[in-house]
Amino acid sequence: MSDVTQLIHDYLRHNKKFPHVFCAGCGHGIVLGSLIRSVHALGLSKDDVALVAGIGCSGRIAAYVDFNTVHTTHGRALTFATGIKMANPQLKVITVMGDGDAFSIGGNHLIHAARKNIGVTVLVLNNFIYGMTGGQCSSTTPLGAVSQTSPYGQLEKSFDIVKLTSAAGANGVSRGTVFHVNTLDRLIREAIMRPGFNLVEILTPCHTQYGRKNKFKSAVDMYKWLRSNAIPVEKYEKLKPEEREERIPIGTFVQNDAPGLEELYAQVRTAQCAKERKQ
Amino acid sequence: MANAPKRKRTEIFALGNEAVVEGALFAGCSFYAGYPITPSSEVMEIMAARLPRTENGVFIQMEDEIASMGAVIGGSLAGRKAMTATSGPGFSLMQENLGYACMAEVPLVIVNVMRGGPSTGLPTSPAQGDVQQARWGTHGDHPIIVLSAADVPECLEMTITAFNFAEKYRTPVILLLDEITAHTREKITLPHEKDYEIFNRLVPSMPPEWYKPFEETVRGVPPMPPIGSGYRFHVTGLTHDDMGFPTQRPDEVKAIIERLHRKIDQFFYDIQLTQEYDTDDAEIVVIAYGSVARSAQLAVSQARAAGVKAGLLKLKTLFPFPKAPVVTLARKARAIIVPEMNMGQISREVKRVNNGLTRVRTLNRIDGQIITPSQILKAIQQV
Repeated sequence: MSDVTQLIHDYLRHNKKFPHVFCAGCGHGIVLGSLIRSVHALGLSKDDVALVAGIGCSGRIAAYVDFNTVHTTHGRALTFATGIKMANPQLKVITVMGDGDAFSIGGNHLIHAARKNIGVTVLVLNNFIYGMTGGQCSSTTPLGAVSQTSPYGQLEKSFDIVKLTSAAGANGVSRGTVFHVNTLDRLIREAIMRPGFNLVEILTPCHTQYGRKNKFKSAVDMYKWLRSNAIPVEKYEKLKPEEREERIPIGTFVQNDAPGLEELYAQVRTAQCAKERKQ
Repeated sequence: MANAPKRKRTEIFALGNEAVVEGALFAGCSFYAGYPITPSSEVMEIMAARLPRTENGVFIQMEDEIASMGAVIGGSLAGRKAMTATSGPGFSLMQENLGYACMAEVPLVIVNVMRGGPSTGLPTSPAQGDVQQARWGTHGDHPIIVLSAADVPECLEMTITAFNFAEKYRTPVILLLDEITAHTREKITLPHEKDYEIFNRLVPSMPPEWYKPFEETVRGVPPMPPIGSGYRFHVTGLTHDDMGFPTQRPDEVKAIIERLHRKIDQFFYDIQLTQEYDTDDAEIVVIAYGSVARSAQLAVSQARAAGVKAGLLKLKTLFPFPKAPVVTLARKARAIIVPEMNMGQISREVKRVNNGLTRVRTLNRIDGQIITPSQILKAIQQV
């Protein structure tokens, strides 16, 4: 068995979970692979990881992989994850959400989780669209893009996930794509190991619901688009403003090592319990 | 300080909301997530002060009630006895995740200190308007346990009972209080550890590879390990098979939904708690719950003093509805009176199980005022 096959064999659940629900050309499987490689490379055991997912295509990832997995309600993955992390800070709590999940219905939870700096790793699988629900526009659908609910072109501006999360106070914010897999592996590894709230925005194509309606002839064209438009943030910053259009910076945007909320809380509790014993 | 006597308070003068906290901590609650809302906020405030002073206590204020409910489910999955408290509007926000907790069989306790509604309604006035919301607020068919308390000592007792039921039956339990009970101060006796039996959820003892998280068992309640303890399994709100994986196969769908119902149905005798006063020879029976039951108790004794054979059936469990004691009394009584601070949410249940056995009279008040003993007494004398 090759190393990759061996890893898949070790981490996936083999009873009754396959074939998976993802369409041909979908990037979600690449994210799952990247997540498994990251966890493996960090030497974490399967019991160390709690994988909490939202609803939709990205939410289904949780069922396939042999961690402690929770498939939650739409937009609420972070609230479940917060509970799990506070109750058991030893766990590496990772959430997987789509763009609609994380920033439309779950937007409030996301900015507050970032503000609280709760020690959760967040992977936002951004494909600019509600995939499983049937291709309606989300809060990251680009201006002018066609979807089931913006048939004449999206009129609303889209969220810049990186800027929004950075402003909310997250410890770590980065962006990767499913085309740049080695970078993605690194970003996820760093996000898991950094304390506090860490978010990785992952650009992943949805050809079925987004690409084919928006001038991408095939799924491959979407990967080519990612390849030619995404550039490392260090390079991006050296570009002139007019060169920046259409370009997507990838890499790490914010990295702090402030202690997570669960750590601060444990300190308070230790102090209070000590006082209590004295009395 | 070593020689200082250890503080020992066995009796305290407590708010209903404070008694809830005492009950919860006694039952082993170590996780609270919530969002403040009148008239339940004291539960949260006292938890915020108390939990960090306990060994493993976790308190977190969330951004809204939806998040609170999510966090409580997460806390429970990670092995804690978890709780939140809210009032009507917040309770509405919790409903989706409450349904999730029913489906995924996550034990937890929700205290709803009811206020007048609909909408923002009467934030600081008593009402009992969320009874049917507690039963039917979420979507889909599932059983649920709803408890109530009439006075401050009962707030403590019923909170312990709520945790016990949640753990025993691996299900969310709702404790409905009204503003009067929650904001009344009365003397309570803090329980000694021998006073109540405390139930903890069943955890699996088999090797992890044999474990089925949603397996059929004799009691209908599968064991539940905390996340991270070596038993890795999938939790979902989707209809799932016994391993927790989504399924649409009719036989598997039927099996899980039926088990959810059966695990509550077959223990009616354990869950349906009521208390009877002067009902042995009662011709007129008052059925009441919450603070109204206290008014009713006084009214019944006044009626007795005036020579009317009246009795009281106090409901401590609202759902599953205690059919048996109601039917037994309906067979004997000339009339049943159901006073409540809503338009008839429990009298609807009483009429359903009464099914023509006797006369059922309702007594409703929805102006944010309490139902007084004299009002109930008048109703007793009229029938």
